[in-house]
Amino acid sequence: MRMLDIQRLSVTFGGLHALNNLDFQVNEGEIVSVIGPNGAGKTTFFNMISGMVSPTSGDIVFEGESLLGLDPSQVTARGIARTFQNVRLFANMTILENVMVAQHCRTRQQVFGALFQTKAFRQEEKEIREYAEEVLSFFGTRLVGYRINQPASVLSYANRRRLEIARAMATRPRLLLLDEPVAGMNPKETAELAELIGRLRSEWGFTIVIIEHDMSVVRDVSDRVVVLDHGETIAQGSFDDVSNDPMVVEAYLGRPVQEAS
Amino acid sequence: MATNNVYKPTSRVLWVDRFLALIRITFIGVVSVGVIAFIAQQINPQNPFASWINPDATGLTADQLKGLLVTGIAQGAMYGLIALGYSMVYGVLGFINFAHGEVFMAGAMSGMIISNKLAESGLWQDAFLFSLAFVIVTSIVVSTATAIIMERVAYRRLRDAPRLIPLITSIGVSFFIQNTSVVLFGPGAKAYPSIPEWLTRKRSFLTFEIEGTKLLVLVVAAVSMTGLWYLVERTRTGKAMRAVAEDKEIAALMGINVNRIIVTTFAVGGAMAGVAGILWGILFRSVTHMTGFLPGIKAFSAAVVGGIGNLGGAMAGGLSLGAAEATAPLVVLEPLGVNGVSQLRDAVAFSVLIFVLLVKPNGLFGERLSEEDRA
Amino acid sequence: MNSDVGLKENAPNRSSYPWLRAVRFSLLGSLASIFIALSGMPVGLDRRAIIYPVLSLGFLAILWVPLAMAASAGKETVLEGMEARKRGVIDVGVGSLVGLGSTSGICCLMVLIKNFDLRDPLVNWSPQLLDLLSYRQNISVGIGIWLLVGAGLGALGGLTNLISRFSRRLILNFVFAIVGVSVLETIVTDLSEGFGLAWVTDLMYYKRGGLEIYGALFVGIVAVAVPLLLRQRTTTARERFSSLSPNDQSRVKRISIIAGSLLLVILPFFLGKITNELLANVGLFVLLALGLNIVVGLAGILDLGYVAFFAVGGYTTAVLTSPDSPGFSPELPWPVALIVVVIFTGIVGLFIGAPVIRMRGDYLAIVTLGFGEIIRLLFLSDWLSDWFGGAQGITNIPGVEVGFATVKGTDPRSVFLLVLLFCAVAIYVSWRLEKSRLGRAWMAIREDEDVAEAMGINTTNTKLMAFVVGAVLASFSGAIFAAKVGSIFPTSFIMLVSIIILVVVIVGGMGNISGVIVGTVVLIGVLGGPKQPGLLQEFSQFKLLIYGALLVWMMLKRPEGLIPNIRRTRELHQDEFLQDAWLKGQIDSEDNHADSNVPKEGKDL
Repeated sequence: MRMLDIQRLSVTFGGLHALNNLDFQVNEGEIVSVIGPNGAGKTTFFNMISGMVSPTSGDIVFEGESLLGLDPSQVTARGIARTFQNVRLFANMTILENVMVAQHCRTRQQVFGALFQTKAFRQEEKEIREYAEEVLSFFGTRLVGYRINQPASVLSYANRRRLEIARAMATRPRLLLLDEPVAGMNPKETAELAELIGRLRSEWGFTIVIIEHDMSVVRDVSDRVVVLDHGETIAQGSFDDVSNDPMVVEAYLGRPVQEAS
Repeated sequence: MATNNVYKPTSRVLWVDRFLALIRITFIGVVSVGVIAFIAQQINPQNPFASWINPDATGLTADQLKGLLVTGIAQGAMYGLIALGYSMVYGVLGFINFAHGEVFMAGAMSGMIISNKLAESGLWQDAFLFSLAFVIVTSIVVSTATAIIMERVAYRRLRDAPRLIPLITSIGVSFFIQNTSVVLFGPGAKAYPSIPEWLTRKRSFLTFEIEGTKLLVLVVAAVSMTGLWYLVERTRTGKAMRAVAEDKEIAALMGINVNRIIVTTFAVGGAMAGVAGILWGILFRSVTHMTGFLPGIKAFSAAVVGGIGNLGGAMAGGLSLGAAEATAPLVVLEPLGVNGVSQLRDAVAFSVLIFVLLVKPNGLFGERLSEEDRA
Repeated sequence: MNSDVGLKENAPNRSSYPWLRAVRFSLLGSLASIFIALSGMPVGLDRRAIIYPVLSLGFLAILWVPLAMAASAGKETVLEGMEARKRGVIDVGVGSLVGLGSTSGICCLMVLIKNFDLRDPLVNWSPQLLDLLSYRQNISVGIGIWLLVGAGLGALGGLTNLISRFSRRLILNFVFAIVGVSVLETIVTDLSEGFGLAWVTDLMYYKRGGLEIYGALFVGIVAVAVPLLLRQRTTTARERFSSLSPNDQSRVKRISIIAGSLLLVILPFFLGKITNELLANVGLFVLLALGLNIVVGLAGILDLGYVAFFAVGGYTTAVLTSPDSPGFSPELPWPVALIVVVIFTGIVGLFIGAPVIRMRGDYLAIVTLGFGEIIRLLFLSDWLSDWFGGAQGITNIPGVEVGFATVKGTDPRSVFLLVLLFCAVAIYVSWRLEKSRLGRAWMAIREDEDVAEAMGINTTNTKLMAFVVGAVLASFSGAIFAAKVGSIFPTSFIMLVSIIILVVVIVGGMGNISGVIVGTVVLIGVLGGPKQPGLLQEFSQFKLLIYGALLVWMMLKRPEGLIPNIRRTRELHQDEFLQDAWLKGQIDSEDNHADSNVPKEGKDL
């Protein structure tokens, strides 16, 4: 079943085409990698799906409904969650709170419940907390235990990335957008995270789109690879097909020498 | 994030957006009804439309209207001069220097002290132009010094703090300077010495009857503005200032002494405020510790109205805010049947600010800010 | 920041004394004391004795300068991994030099006053000042005394850097206890009269204000002796508390809160009129501060027009309850009116909030300030005087009928109790909201608005909610204010009120309920509100100056407030905090070995 359908999406920043007539589809249960050289428009693409940037033209259809004109919070409520390339945690909130606050759009207690400590309020708080702990324990012992009440700012870089994924998971999405999830991790952590990404699909049932530069991860996790360059799709298909595509090689390595003369 | 791509189908707007649209429409509606009623009463005060809205409609004579306009523009020129300081500091450091109004007050206050001393010695009356030039120079020096000290003591350590922190600090600085003036010079209003008759006399200029002092204000403001324009657009320092406004780190890498440029920015802004201070003193002939407060906030509004970071915009914003503030009570509110309109001048100024931010948040002439400051 | 400077200067030779720093502080000290002298504090505050007849508040205003300058000149931040400079007698010597430098400013000023007349612009350039500064002696004698005093205090200041932290605390206790007890004279006498112990205070205080010398000594000695004697016991008590189970801990906390509030409820019955009046005023500001704390401290929205909601609350109450309300006068009883007031102020909060909530934080600050002024100007205007009375305001507002009694201004005790009740409500509201879904969303917005939105938080609605909750708390204060004063004028709602509430919230510590309460009680109680006098009534003309200086100082030195909230501290001193945490091993190292990464409680490097 088609989950995300992006049709002829374009965006211009003061004359610069960040994305140009992009078509892109994701089926339910797929893991799709988006690769491309720096400045190819990958992060802009994520920003657009999550509603942080509005496209100049084109349409984004998620589960049969257009996302155009929705605020980022509404997009998240529809079931799309994302992480950020330059990890952006709520640094002074505890790890638990970071994940608890992400459940905002799935919960509804307001001032009244908090003031009168209604049964519904206490029940909901308990559920939020339990779900948060469940999400955190997905990453093994790293984010739970004594750390759960520490501020996010004390975490190591790799753990911050993990917490970002946990926070995105806590919004209970169906589609998860991961922006360079292994950047800055060592090979061992990378391999481990690649495995976790597989489990995110098999155990949690997320459909996943990843932006990644690490080709080993791309090879290991993705069903399909989409290559962007200058805001356009230049190739897509399985990892092996794409990696042998001359257009892709050119985009990454530049044109062959003879033309430069 | 880029906000220039607004592409939102109307079906999914939030209630806040609807409410905002309603406010905008109401505001525009009220203003246009007021203006139409004004035109109607200008044609004939007993005109049914005008008297339906305001039974006591009388209308203004052309001279009255011109007088209001001139007063407003003279005051607006001073707002513009002060606004330059807000705009430049915001452009470079990305925060509102709330205490800039107090720099202006320091200029007006020192002008008062020096000119009174000169008047005591008789020089003020005998060699007025020389004394005036001397007072202007001392005011500039005092204001510039105030601005530089302010930057050194309070703001320099806060360069990398969250952006509300320097704003809160500047509120404290503003308070401190105001009350320093109270404890040192006393709380009462203090008068400037009288100004020679040849200067205050009304002169005819393009069918406008302008008092000489207001003419002086306009001329001095124009000269200062030209000087500033030359400094910013034509000199090396100006180029460095623009570079620092764009990106401090890159500018530093390019060999620009960022600290020095920031101090220069404060100094230039301070000098402009000093000029405005002395002009204020000559125009209104009175100064108190609160002199800087409302003009300061209004000047900031002017900077926002003109587009913050945009120097020409600051001046234009000042002029339009001054004109709006002087004329709107009589041109919009009075025809609407509001009584005691002169009490609402300040409210008009704030309303202009709110309205501009609602309708054109980047200001009338566009803001010039780096990506970082805009966030 | 300062540490950077110190580091640069001292880097080549860590063992030498930072002379440049000493010179800088001497200059700073002399400038500060000249400023204080010319500001009129010595003359204005001389009437108020701290220790009769040795020390008056006026002299205290100058004397702290050499002490503080000498102490800070000798202080330096020792970064981890660097060797601290060896301290010794030289610190005392340099301290006394710095003290000397600081007072030399006063000496120069005396000479200048003697020979020149600058009274025209500088109102305090007067013979009285000279007279006072020279201890009513010959000027050269005066200069001599000042230099001696400066050197002595400076040496003392230098000494504080040599002794242990505990003994420094004892000295501070000694000084602050004497000053504190002297400043709190009104309350202390009032309380002791209430408990029938008037003879103690009669003995301690001089009859025209100020402590007697032996009284001061007694107070100081008690303040030193108590921590000395109880030092051991407090530590054991603390240990025992932390060894309790979390359940027991919260029970202990609950019991102490109940005991504290009972004490507070009983307190007004032992206090006289003046003190109750003062506390009622303070309580009104606590209410306002708690409200602003939600807006500024939790949600991170800098609202400079907070007074608008106070004004709307007050005016709505006045219109609804007063028989003299010019336009519309339903003469509702106060509790009924309060419900309308709360709803109405909430709506006004929504109306003011909706247009501004999307603006950049700093624009929002100025625009809310503008709204605050617009609302005051509207209440003041002739245009709306048919409803709000213009400059004449609305008078004859009845008090609050509570069956057996009436709460009104002439009976400050009842007002204080009413205020106390509403403060309790406000504290409860702040506390519960902070620990709820909404509170977490506010904090997330304060941390990073874009990300908060991407995590599914509707930032517009959530911020508006903070605005409305803040507005409602302010309206409580406004309603009580109207009933207390009995009449209401636009002049009570100037912008100054917003700023002063902001100052107390910041000084207490943004986002920290107990800090905000303590900050408000101390500042408003001692220095006074915008119009209300505090304990130091003589300070009224200087309090705004002090508020301004305090705001700047707090922002530069302790942006987290005097009683810090750990969370905000982290945010504002992120670099230092991270370095600390790293040194303590609280930051996890890159975990390369996933298996070995079991939680380790309290691990060390």
